[in-house]
Amino acid sequence: MTNTSSDTATATVEPSKFAGLETRGVHAWFGKHHALSNVSLKFPVRTVTGLIGPSGCGKSTFIRLLNRMHEFIPGAAMAGEVLHNGGDIYAPNVDAAEVRLKIGMVFQKPNPFPAMTIRENVLSGIKLAHLKRSNHDEIVEMCLTRAGLWKEVKDRLDASGGSLSGGQQQRLCIARSLAVEPEVLLMDEPCSALDPGSTLRIEETIKELAEKITVVIVTHNMQQASRVSDFCAFFLTEGGPGYLVEADATRKIFTNPADSRTADYVQGKFG
Amino acid sequence: MSTTTAVPSPSTVEPKTPWSTSRTSQVRVAGTLVLAALAAVGVVQFTGVAGIDGWAVTFFGLSLVLAVIRTSRVGAKERKDSLMKVIITAAAVTAFAPWLSIFGSVLLKGYPGLRPNYFTQDMSLTVPDDFLEYGGAIHAIVGSFLMVIIATVVTLPLGILSGIYLTEVRGRLTLLVRFVVQSMSGVPSIVAGLFIYTTLVFATNTYSAFAGAMALAVLMLPTVARTAEEVLKLVPEDLRSAGYALGARQWRTAFMVVIPTVRSGLTTAAILGVARVVGETAPLLLTSLSNSSLKFNPFDGPIGSLPTYVFGYLQIGTEYAVARAWTGSLVLLVIVFILFTLARRLGGKDKR
Amino acid sequence: MTTVETPAPREMTVIYNREDKIFRGVVTGGALTSLLVLGAIGIFLFLRGVEIFRDNGLRFITGTNWTVGSGDGIIPDDFSIGAMLAGTVIVSLIALIIAFPLAIGGALYLEFYAPRSLRKPLVTMLDLAASIPSLIFGLWGIQVFTSFGERWAILINNWLGFIPIFDVQFENFGRSPFIAGCVLGSLIIPITTSVAREVYSRTPRDLIDTCYALGGTKWGAIRSVVIPYGKSGVIGGAMLGLGRALGETVAVYLLLNLVFRYNFRILESEGGNVASLIATKFGEATDYEIKALVAAGFVLFLLTLVVNMTATTIVQRSTPRA
Repeated sequence: MTNTSSDTATATVEPSKFAGLETRGVHAWFGKHHALSNVSLKFPVRTVTGLIGPSGCGKSTFIRLLNRMHEFIPGAAMAGEVLHNGGDIYAPNVDAAEVRLKIGMVFQKPNPFPAMTIRENVLSGIKLAHLKRSNHDEIVEMCLTRAGLWKEVKDRLDASGGSLSGGQQQRLCIARSLAVEPEVLLMDEPCSALDPGSTLRIEETIKELAEKITVVIVTHNMQQASRVSDFCAFFLTEGGPGYLVEADATRKIFTNPADSRTADYVQGKFG
Repeated sequence: MSTTTAVPSPSTVEPKTPWSTSRTSQVRVAGTLVLAALAAVGVVQFTGVAGIDGWAVTFFGLSLVLAVIRTSRVGAKERKDSLMKVIITAAAVTAFAPWLSIFGSVLLKGYPGLRPNYFTQDMSLTVPDDFLEYGGAIHAIVGSFLMVIIATVVTLPLGILSGIYLTEVRGRLTLLVRFVVQSMSGVPSIVAGLFIYTTLVFATNTYSAFAGAMALAVLMLPTVARTAEEVLKLVPEDLRSAGYALGARQWRTAFMVVIPTVRSGLTTAAILGVARVVGETAPLLLTSLSNSSLKFNPFDGPIGSLPTYVFGYLQIGTEYAVARAWTGSLVLLVIVFILFTLARRLGGKDKR
Repeated sequence: MTTVETPAPREMTVIYNREDKIFRGVVTGGALTSLLVLGAIGIFLFLRGVEIFRDNGLRFITGTNWTVGSGDGIIPDDFSIGAMLAGTVIVSLIALIIAFPLAIGGALYLEFYAPRSLRKPLVTMLDLAASIPSLIFGLWGIQVFTSFGERWAILINNWLGFIPIFDVQFENFGRSPFIAGCVLGSLIIPITTSVAREVYSRTPRDLIDTCYALGGTKWGAIRSVVIPYGKSGVIGGAMLGLGRALGETVAVYLLLNLVFRYNFRILESEGGNVASLIATKFGEATDYEIKALVAAGFVLFLLTLVVNMTATTIVQRSTPRA
């Protein structure tokens, strides 16, 4: 896909046969500052895509465009389309809150709700979204199991969310996001605040999650990207807006990338 | 999925905000609000609900109903969100309403008395009922001014010294001093007045501006001391370290390095202290009483002050007397506002 | 590998030279003077009023008489502040009940709902409102608010008069604890709103973001995260407001008739509080009566001290240490 000026977001875009997450010519601004330029990327279902690149090149901004969290920043603006299951999530009359149920997010710093127990934390999404579910216990067990936390906390579900270790807290956050049954899970550097042991366990969890849902993960850690992701997208900036240099299967990016800048980055020559 | 992009050319794409509420939606919401407002007027006319408060309550109720109708097609989540938005906005408006009413009343009712004679004459020759061209409040203004100056002269050094003690010297009494200063900032003003009454006024057997000033000082001291301490605490430790490392003694470091950095902060402490006490009535009732003549001697008997002036004329209750009270309030309010604005302007000026 | 024994730490002494000694002396002297001046109030009040406590014991706080004796022993002095204490508490509670929800609403509005262009002017207005002297509240209360308040009092009496506290003996609502409570409530809203807003503004942004990321609405985020997070800070702010209301003199003096009777009917025009009692009686008080007033002042001082210290502790505990 080459550089196209894609500001033609009309309602008659042909329904994409690509049943996953896709961006077409996406830009982002903070006020007048052009932060991200013309990113067109496809995220196939049930895969893990890593977004890599040096800091400041717009990866976090990009990932926040995917679940309509970018707009909370005062002065934020965007252009282009973000398609999920064929429909543009920025189309008028689209309910952003519904989008966020389908496209969930886990943040960099583990942030379980301090005033809630572990059990309440897992169910918090259901309460916030007013979803009608009657099988709360089942949901709690299932989500904690998928997040790899069930065995450790099943006897203390009423303990405070803050009483867990950093790695456990992050897995709790993952479980919390899973409770609302997203199809895509966005993760913004989920392991950067954790120790190596917890990091590896979360990477295992990510690979298991990808059996059922699509995962997009921003990471600074190239080794993590090579361990965990099926595809990688390399972002770069030269002082201007961040842009996409190259996106391909992980193995190709790390052994035989098409662009020399990608090669330099994955070999650690900069960033 | 292999994609490669060369360095992008300058973009010709326009930024958009597809999430902001569309024009039609905004007009629709505004329209329902106007509808509710007009309907509330109608309800007020035809039922027994009276006054602006009646209209406000009706408007609020109608807005709630309209919000429910507007969100009847969406889920419970959005409905709760819309309803709470109306309720919280109404609570905020109700919270702000008294002050708006006060600002407005003081301005409207105090303005007629703002003539030149208000600031040049006292009330020694005028009966409270006289027209507003006669008499003035200069005695009250001077009295307040006098007492505030005396109180500041006493409080400022003590407060700053306490602040320095707590941050620089940090002796053994630190916890005790901090505790006492903290707990004394909540002393009811009447109690401070009572204290001075039973000591100073009894001892000197007279009401006086000095006694009033002392009562005010007791109220000012905690404010000045606490603000001074907070301001001094903000001075970064490396500034002091730099001073000591250059071989300076403690007092030199304090006076030449630390204090100049927080000069405007300390001035703010003084101004805040003054602003706190200039409107205090209760302590003055017991110490300086009140007076209708212009006076400059702080030790010689009762003296007027702005708060007791307003208090007294309000109690007389006749039309022109109350008008004078409103004008006095206007002057008082303007003084307090100027002081607070000054304090805030200065507070941001320290370079650290 | 040779083990090295850790030596005992050396004693370090600081010797101040003459200049610094003078400096430290002066500064300590200043701090000491502040300490004495402020501490003296409590001590002095107690000493002056202790005679009253010795004579009357607990009755001073619970009784309702305030009779000046005839001086020759036929009619004894009998002073007690029970009615006034009850009045203090009742009026302050009414003020708090009115102010608390409005302050929370105001704080939430300022922090989460106000359009950005309005935010700064509104916060400025909030700070200015907190600086309005209570005398002006009293003036406004009498001259402007009473007519509104009376209307509401009549409404409450008509619809809810079957509840004892809303019942009245005489249909005169103008100088009732209810009206005084409303005016005091307006007085304490600014300080409580300021504290609440401060606390809410410190809610960690990513907790709020997480609520949105889970598909919640603004109110959902506020209810799940902001309000629980700010609970203790807001309660501290409410107590600060309560402390202010308890010691309020002039506004109550202007708005309430001093009646020495326990009055729980808040729409009835009688009441009073300890502070206005002192302000009313001090002028022509006999010696013994002065002691009673001082004792009353001491009790009031203790009450506000306890409330303020609790408030400060709560607020400090809720703010994370930098």
